[in-house]
Amino acid sequence: MSIGLTHYLVLSAALFCIGLYGALTRRNAVIILMCIELMLNAVNISLIAFSSYVVPQLLTGQVFAIFVMVVAAAEIAVGLAIVLAIYRHFSNIDTNDINLLKW
Amino acid sequence: MGLEITFWIMAVVIIAAALAVILLRNVFHAALALILCFITVAGIYVTLSADFLAVVQILIYVGAISVLIILGIMMTREVQKGSPVNKLRIPAAIVAVVLLGILVYAVTATPWNISSQDPLTPTTMPLATKLFSENGFILPVEIGAVLLLAAILGAIVITRENKK
Repeated sequence: MSIGLTHYLVLSAALFCIGLYGALTRRNAVIILMCIELMLNAVNISLIAFSSYVVPQLLTGQVFAIFVMVVAAAEIAVGLAIVLAIYRHFSNIDTNDINLLKW
Repeated sequence: MGLEITFWIMAVVIIAAALAVILLRNVFHAALALILCFITVAGIYVTLSADFLAVVQILIYVGAISVLIILGIMMTREVQKGSPVNKLRIPAAIVAVVLLGILVYAVTATPWNISSQDPLTPTTMPLATKLFSENGFILPVEIGAVLLLAAILGAIVITRENKK
């Protein structure tokens, strides 16, 4: 059985669900950021697979993947800055203990 | 045949590394597994004939983002405590498995419009034409530049010591 679009999309779905599970269950804020990166990578895989199987001459999906990478870089920079600020304030980055905004 | 073997090896490595990221107790080991996952995703891009994006993946994710993450782990010193799970473990697992089932069903049941043409290679020059040409994506590129500038400024402002 040759490799087709479905294989890449199933791989991407599995990676996305693993990242989702990690982002929902971990209590360490850095691990949550890492899981968000995993989910963005899964989206990139599916975008590039669509680009190379459905519109191979247009490259639109690859352009979108570049923008996803730009947003991922911005997100990780601001996210880690927030985590460091929280750590300086609480000496802790356990998301169960950070509940200032919880009603 | 070679492409299939490569794909299966890399798919297994990606899934194993992603599971290691969410299952390893040691945060630093999880970060190393994440880097392995990024490198293998670059390999997946190569099998999809996206050569430029594979290089960009190595440069940005393996070169920059993983260094930032390891720096964050170093600054927060949470390695010894590990990464405990909260009490949402079982609902989150149910949500993830159900979502995976729905996605796999949708992907396999949809009749995709597979094009018979070969993918464009090398992709660097067509991508540049598409990004910077008059009727291409030049406005999103400018907005992306502004977004990166705002992110850099925001990161500096948030992490700066409050000297009052």
